[in-house]
Amino acid sequence: MSHIRAEDLVVEFPIYGARSRSLKNTVIRAATGGVLATDAAQRTVVRAVDHLSFDWNEGDRIGLVGHNGSGKTTLLRALGGIYEPVGGSLSVHGRVASMLSLTLGMDDYATGYENIFIRGTILGLTRREIARMVDEICEFSELGDFINMPMRTYSSGMSMRLAFTISTSVKADIILMDEWIGVGDEAFSEKAQRRLAELVGQAKILVLASHSPDIIRANCNKVVRLDHGRIVDEI
Amino acid sequence: MEALSISQTKSRLRLALDDIREGVLSNNIWGMLGWLEVKQRYRRSVLGPFWLTISSGMIIAAMGPLYGRLFGQPIGDYFAYLAVSYVIWQLISQVITDACYAFINAESFIKQVRLPLTVHILRILWRSLIIFLHNFIIVLLVLAYFRPAFGWHLLLFPVALLMFVVNAVWVSLILALVCARFRDIPLIVNNLVLVAFFVTPIMWSPQMLGRYQWTVNLNPFYHFLEIIRQPLLGGELNLVSWAAVPGITVVGFAAMLKLFSRFRARVAYWV
Repeated sequence: MSHIRAEDLVVEFPIYGARSRSLKNTVIRAATGGVLATDAAQRTVVRAVDHLSFDWNEGDRIGLVGHNGSGKTTLLRALGGIYEPVGGSLSVHGRVASMLSLTLGMDDYATGYENIFIRGTILGLTRREIARMVDEICEFSELGDFINMPMRTYSSGMSMRLAFTISTSVKADIILMDEWIGVGDEAFSEKAQRRLAELVGQAKILVLASHSPDIIRANCNKVVRLDHGRIVDEI
Repeated sequence: MEALSISQTKSRLRLALDDIREGVLSNNIWGMLGWLEVKQRYRRSVLGPFWLTISSGMIIAAMGPLYGRLFGQPIGDYFAYLAVSYVIWQLISQVITDACYAFINAESFIKQVRLPLTVHILRILWRSLIIFLHNFIIVLLVLAYFRPAFGWHLLLFPVALLMFVVNAVWVSLILALVCARFRDIPLIVNNLVLVAFFVTPIMWSPQMLGRYQWTVNLNPFYHFLEIIRQPLLGGELNLVSWAAVPGITVVGFAAMLKLFSRFRARVAYWV
């Protein structure tokens, strides 16, 4: 059973290099951004996720909304195991795919074909698993003979198509997404949306942060509004 | 892809040990990334990493006769000694200076994907070893020409190299961790490595110190250098160094585990 459960979850960023004293005096509460506070050692910290508790289970399609700096991305990263909580508890069960960066690790001088292996390895696949999906990726991304050319010869659209196709080849129980991904020209975009919808469809839990009400409405069955790292509204 | 489960039931030490174990087992990731970095750095140059071989070779060729003469040493022996020592030192110093940036340079990885932090350490360690193998050509050439009296000690060379690599893991982890938090440390380390080059018996040998010869034993770099180069150069086994290295390994790993279990989770916030 996949689930995401958090109790009193806190994620705080220490601010180094800033003059913490004067910052503390002048800014008590930022108009946007998390709560500025001081921790035990009197450092200035930004509390990006502030005592959140939730329990998400299979079938949940969570839409995270809130203005810039409300803690959406930080929460996604905490769920992906990147930021370990400063306080509270978090338990995430299931294979997690975080679609935070599609191009991470890709090498401009390597060919598209090589990049499939590079990205696949970073995504946690074995060589054999990648080899099994490589043909499908080549075909779907419509790169033709360019797949054997260095990626720096690609247009930005072509690179994105390849990156998108690789990242959406990995099945997962829990999908974390920061803004709905859209790529390519009209024809490809349509195809890509179908692929993404299919991937999301087979996932057990989706957590999607987005500014677009339409996208949230189309893909989510629960909406969580964050403000200053707190949940202010749940529908 | 493994099932991810984050929960805080495990102790910090346990999580740190898991990180190291999973990191070592992710050899497909660090192997690939390390190799890719070597390729990236030398892309479109004809000789690639062999430029480093040439550069080291030139330094040794220039310094060998000069310092051999200054120190009044027989040229053949001194040349072999210098060449072997210098190439090993290149490895040691590169591991140390690169380790400082292991986490800092892996920022995009650390913030986007969940990988054991040890992967970033092993990736740069692997890269340094690949470059060392290129430099090792110089050692082979020099040894083929001067033919020191090898003995069964030659069998100790792989053992010594392995011990170095094991120690490089804790040294790199500590440096990467501290440097991610305090950005002045890499600059200090750079300086210290340069100083270490001159105070470690690389260009000179401990015998030249006369009655102060014992002082070299206070230098940990010396012990590693000694166990790696002695099997290649022949001569007597340095038992002090062979005893010192395991001691350093144990103490170093204990210190690293203490630090790493305490601060492992903070690295993502620091980079």
